[in-house]
Amino acid sequence: MDVLRRSVIGTSLAVVAALGLSACGGGGDDSGSDTLRVTLVNHVWTDNIKQVLSEFEQQSGLKVEVTQLGEDQLSDQYNVKLNAGSSDIDVMMYRPLQEGKLFAKNGYLTDLTDKAKEDSAFDMADFQAPPVQATTYEEKLVGIPIITEQEVLYYRKDLLEKSGFSAPPKTLDELKTMAAKLEADNPGTAGFVARTGKAAAVTQFSSFLYSFGGDFVDGSGKASVNTEQARQAYEYYGGLLREHGPANISTDMSWSEAMAIFTQGKAAFYTEANSLYKNATDPAKSKVSDTVGFAPFPAGPAGSKPYNIPSWALGINEGSKNQSNAWKFIQWAAGKDQTLAQQKGGVPGARTSVWANPEGVATYPTDLAEAIKVSTENGVGHDRPLVVKVAEARELVGQPIVDAITGKDVAGSAAAANEAFQKLLDDEK
Amino acid sequence: MASLASPQPSGELTGWTRWANNHRKWLFAAPAMTFVGALIIFPLAWTIYLSLTDAEGSVRAESEFIGFANYLEVLSDTSRFWPAVLRTVGFTGVALLFEVVLGMAIALLLWRPFRGERWVRVAILLPLVATPVAVGMMWRLIFDPNIGMANQILSWVGIGPQPWLAGQHSALPTTIFIDVWQWTPMVTLILLAGLTSLSNEPDEAARVDGASAWQRFRHVTLPLLMPTVIVAILLRGIDALKTFDILYATKGRGGGSFHEVETLNVYAYGLSFDYNEYGVSSTVLIIFFLIIIGSMWALTSRRKKGAQ
Repeated sequence: MDVLRRSVIGTSLAVVAALGLSACGGGGDDSGSDTLRVTLVNHVWTDNIKQVLSEFEQQSGLKVEVTQLGEDQLSDQYNVKLNAGSSDIDVMMYRPLQEGKLFAKNGYLTDLTDKAKEDSAFDMADFQAPPVQATTYEEKLVGIPIITEQEVLYYRKDLLEKSGFSAPPKTLDELKTMAAKLEADNPGTAGFVARTGKAAAVTQFSSFLYSFGGDFVDGSGKASVNTEQARQAYEYYGGLLREHGPANISTDMSWSEAMAIFTQGKAAFYTEANSLYKNATDPAKSKVSDTVGFAPFPAGPAGSKPYNIPSWALGINEGSKNQSNAWKFIQWAAGKDQTLAQQKGGVPGARTSVWANPEGVATYPTDLAEAIKVSTENGVGHDRPLVVKVAEARELVGQPIVDAITGKDVAGSAAAANEAFQKLLDDEK
Repeated sequence: MASLASPQPSGELTGWTRWANNHRKWLFAAPAMTFVGALIIFPLAWTIYLSLTDAEGSVRAESEFIGFANYLEVLSDTSRFWPAVLRTVGFTGVALLFEVVLGMAIALLLWRPFRGERWVRVAILLPLVATPVAVGMMWRLIFDPNIGMANQILSWVGIGPQPWLAGQHSALPTTIFIDVWQWTPMVTLILLAGLTSLSNEPDEAARVDGASAWQRFRHVTLPLLMPTVIVAILLRGIDALKTFDILYATKGRGGGSFHEVETLNVYAYGLSFDYNEYGVSSTVLIIFFLIIIGSMWALTSRRKKGAQ
């Protein structure tokens, strides 16, 4: 009896140990499971890709499991899983300018340089240079840009016409005068709306900053949010929202809240990323779908300088045990055909070929296509400070924005922000 | 297998069986102890360890042991940490006060049987079963300064629009209101259970002696109910200190652009998920943990005194 029991225990221990070991040792780089785990963000791009996913599954014989999350939740998910060295994410959609540096520095992203170079059909040279620069870390390509963004001016054609304006504002001064006039002519409608949340507003504020001749960091790498130009930009953006923004303005608005005010017909002008334009032109989501117009970002003292950035890219988790299949997915999803299909579906791509192709812009509202063209020509390649601790930096340089909106002392706020931001830059050196 | 069912005298056992028999109490407690060890003690110890390092960026990255430097940094931080402590304490204190007073009033109303009692009870308990995030989203819509229902209703009685959650100074009171709305039913439930278990006799005796309703409540019911009240305060208080869902759903990361509703929990979350400063974040969490333990200890010792 005892012998039997002992051997039973012995055997089960051995089995447990064996299972444990195989679990630890399982895989290796390219044992290649047939199931590919892809983590994507809520975006028009994701909606489009999900509809044609079966195409990829058929041609590759793989099964794709998609996890789809909101921006913030996605970020949290990566923080938890990648920190733990988890292997259950293969392909990851990430924001090169927000998390790119941090992830690459932590070694979460696989080096794709060779894979991309070897593949002539993928044609890495077809990608616009600034987006590729943003997905490159220490000379290594760690992501493939899939969505680009420029800031444009959304406006209400009907209100402009009603107040006797024949064209959208060309300069920021005109924008201010027109916003005031439209607000006066249409009680209950704000002249202007834009993001107001401290961190959320930074990216859309950046075009104002550049157009006033400023930037977050100057040529010598020093914080520069306390220059005369930066203070003017803060005053202008905050002042426009304070004087001509919605009544009782909240200082927590991100794009979804600001977009809701615009698409409910409660604002005349709205500066926002063009990649969100479908929210305004889709009759199911917008009350102003047939009266919305688009214009290039109005010029400031330094000209019209909107950002032109890669907002999302695809990367491969360094811990993934399914890397070659993950690359197959990227080849397909960021390939020429899909990029063109996405572009037709309303998502601005990062490949030069889709912009050169008349088919690539045919589905865009004409004025939007025109605005994008202008923005790509004179755009700035970043829309937030390019540091590792982006979230913290955005809060610092965003403080003067909310202080300006609420009518506080902007000069003092900008000085304090500059000092704190400089400290962050010093710490990262 | 029969030997398992009927224990044999230990003299006949050998080897492992004998060892197991002699260490029964450890053996049977082992699963529970492993569970506690793996899910409570290990994470706690790991957090304490992290709080003594300068871990940031990634917990797998190299970090240095820096002793109590994080604690010094956090405890001397008057721009984020101490305001967050104040908000945490203020939020909990005010919410708890309203919840206990209102909860007591409602419990007293529901105590005696009346017509339609069941429906009223169900209606009052409804907020309790709603998901806090959904509750947060709902109130966020109601309190929207431009298109929300709250300002609409105020306009009917001639009061101008209020900023509610959007205001720098009105955001925290508004979230307290939401917390009171959601959690008063729980306090009611606990107090009601306590009231139902009270004997009627002391109350009747006081009535015979000519005590007024308020006197009977103040000098008879309340003292008898005190242990239950303290349990309610204890449970709700600890929960309120740790509130995260309502605050995050209504004001988002960092508790708003001016950190209007940033409590310790929201602050620690921001430190680890936005700033990736795991060392400092762990420090805040350990201090927060000590604050909770401290208040729990204060209340339980009070309860023991009350029970004696």
